[in-house]
Amino acid sequence: MPHGDARQPLLHARGVRKIFPGTIALDGVDFSLHAGEVHALLGENGAGKSTLIKCLTGAYRRDGGDILLDGESIDPKGTLDAQAYGIGTVYQEVNLLPNLSVAENLSLGHQPTRFGMISVRAMNARAREVLSQYGLDIDVTRTLDSYSVAVQQVIAIARAVMLSGKVLILDEPTASLDAHEVKMLFDVVRSLKERGLGIVFISHFLDQIFEISDRLTVLRNGQLVGTEVTAEIDRVRLINMMLGRELEHETRAHGKLHEAAGDPRLVFSGFGRKGRIEPFDLSIHAGEVIGVAGLLGSGRTETAEVLFGVAHHDSGEARQDGAPVSLMSPRQAIKAGFGFCPEDRKTDGVIADLSVRENIALALQARIGWMRRIPDREQKAMANDYIRKLDIRTPDAEKPVGLLSGGNQQKVMLARWLVTNPSFLILDEPTRGIDVGAHAEIIRLIEELCAQGMSLLVISSELDELVAYSHRVIVVRDRRHVAELAGDQITTGNMVRAIAAPEREAVN
Amino acid sequence: MNSRLLPLLATLVIFLAAYAVCYAQYPAMLSTRVIGNLLTDNAFLGIVAVGMTFVIISGGIDLSVGSVIAFSGVFIAVMLRDTGLHPLAVFAALLVLTTLFGAAMGGVIHYLEMPPFIVTLAGMFLARGMAYVLSIDSVPITHEFYEVLQRSYWLMPGKGRLTLIGGMMLVVFLAGIMLAHRTRFGTNVYAVGGGVQTARLMGVPVGRTTVGIYALSGFLAGLAGIVFSIYTSAGYSLATVGVELDAIAAVVIGGTLLTGGSGFVAGTLIGVLIMGLIQTYIIFDGTLSSWWTKILIGMLLFAFIVLQKGLVWTSGKRRAAGG
Repeated sequence: MPHGDARQPLLHARGVRKIFPGTIALDGVDFSLHAGEVHALLGENGAGKSTLIKCLTGAYRRDGGDILLDGESIDPKGTLDAQAYGIGTVYQEVNLLPNLSVAENLSLGHQPTRFGMISVRAMNARAREVLSQYGLDIDVTRTLDSYSVAVQQVIAIARAVMLSGKVLILDEPTASLDAHEVKMLFDVVRSLKERGLGIVFISHFLDQIFEISDRLTVLRNGQLVGTEVTAEIDRVRLINMMLGRELEHETRAHGKLHEAAGDPRLVFSGFGRKGRIEPFDLSIHAGEVIGVAGLLGSGRTETAEVLFGVAHHDSGEARQDGAPVSLMSPRQAIKAGFGFCPEDRKTDGVIADLSVRENIALALQARIGWMRRIPDREQKAMANDYIRKLDIRTPDAEKPVGLLSGGNQQKVMLARWLVTNPSFLILDEPTRGIDVGAHAEIIRLIEELCAQGMSLLVISSELDELVAYSHRVIVVRDRRHVAELAGDQITTGNMVRAIAAPEREAVN
Repeated sequence: MNSRLLPLLATLVIFLAAYAVCYAQYPAMLSTRVIGNLLTDNAFLGIVAVGMTFVIISGGIDLSVGSVIAFSGVFIAVMLRDTGLHPLAVFAALLVLTTLFGAAMGGVIHYLEMPPFIVTLAGMFLARGMAYVLSIDSVPITHEFYEVLQRSYWLMPGKGRLTLIGGMMLVVFLAGIMLAHRTRFGTNVYAVGGGVQTARLMGVPVGRTTVGIYALSGFLAGLAGIVFSIYTSAGYSLATVGVELDAIAAVVIGGTLLTGGSGFVAGTLIGVLIMGLIQTYIIFDGTLSSWWTKILIGMLLFAFIVLQKGLVWTSGKRRAAGG
């Protein structure tokens, strides 16, 4: 297996920095890729994987650092420019045109012509020849959308390799493929590796990383955690690199032992949805913080969505203070006093073009119905109240939320739910993509809210954080709730071991 | 079978069935005379519909073409009346003008990121207004060269006449088919219609293509204006109101998806012929009001939109099942 550290790397990024307003997306990251190597890039959402890729391919202009290709400094100005240098990218959602034929997709922009006319026969013949190298024998005159995602993926790879030919970046290529299709894709990747291409492989499926990659690099919060040879690292250590600090001596910061007083406020039994999250039992007391730990795609967000009715459950029932409650839609959940701050606040959460005041008033208005409009004066008073309480840094309540920093957007979203005075609030990654100062404030807020008797369910990939504020922690893996930790059991070590269980079982 | 061909086949089947019905009632419908007239009467509509096909495949719309035809007619008539220029020189000047007009609209659509609907709506008012500025009255064209043009035809077997303008429409359709399927520009038009963002990522020159598409539509609207002036021997600023909508109808009946990305120039020819056939049938019948043309075209359009929606739905479902 060629790891050859002595050789000059094919692609070498040194100290790459990228700054977005309010957050440092990449903080001096190093990354190197050799010819004939599959190098996996890992990290949770917001760790900086896609930012690094976009800096390499020129989709973003980097704010610092060098990128060397074959030892020469390059500065791609866009994906096409990167392609000309020899760096091709294939994304999870296939970036080809579904309405064109396979052959047209492969040759778009480079069609063989005769006397100014496209030679369809030559184009199709070339497409067949190219695809045969990938073990694909299909009718190239049919439109791309007549084929499965896996085949489209291979066609996208074929085009990228044809046009670039040195470095191939595969961004979550397997996310929507089944096991058989993944195998087919991996065969393609291995044959490209033998042809001497350098391949960057991004995935959150650890099994696939262990199967295909030679080396791996882990990013966390925009920083390089480390680069390791895949064969020399075990699963527990890898998850530790991705999620937490060191295993040893990790104890509870302040022994937060919550005596579950009286009956639970909410009881979910056998709650689940086929294909999203296996049925689970969960009871939540007043003033309790439940943490949810797990890797990306493990079913943690799905748990929140099923609870809030975004994806309605098809098994189990929910009881609120002993009485059955229907949670088939977000509307019903809001009526029951639930609140939900989703993970991606840009697409699911705040409405960037509306002002702080309008965003805050949104959920309360939705709850009391559109017929009874909240007077402007009341909205303003409410907004100002929360701007002060949560310390939202904005010149005034009329500023569009999109112009605020990530941490302040997050607080606006929190404020929106807090004005409805929820009894149960779900926070999905509340501290993602915000700076360290805002981080601490959000955590302090969570503690305050539960002291006031609110129940919270907090999903986070920051295990230290979960340790700090959770009374109980649920560990999710492969779309199942696999463990529940309480009291002294809540340590990052225990969480990592529960997340990594498959290999641990194999080792023991 | 490729599901994209289905709308085209449906159009063809409807056309043949309609023709069979007409033939059963009036056997004379199959004579080359009727066919010749069908081509001549719809020549300007056919030519402008070719341009519209490219526009719609790219995911856009061009509402200005009806006004551009009217402007062209008035422009030619006034120029021939007031200057000593030869019609061919006037034609050349006009085509340059309408092509630039289309290119300018394409430029606004692409570079200012404006919706084609609004931009070409403005173009529609502008062109119509310019026609009024040139002349409010109908201006007759009495140039001997026009008589030559109108008299030139090819006598088909069965005494039917394939006139110059009818033949021109067929040539434009052939050129359109070649342009759509045998040139990089054609592929780029489909690519833009399939997804602007993806097309850009794949290296399609989206700006150049968009400008080219509307320039082509403008050029063909100018050509249709020339053909219309030969057909009517006059230029009138109130003429061809709503022709852009007839062209859109012909394109959609011809099996092109209004959402862009899929369609055939050949289908548009059949679409134009279906619309012409309905009109011819009403003339043959003699008792029906000409409004029946509109009613039937309305029903056909509706049927096609439903058919396309159904196709999109089933292919989407199939993909969901496959993926």
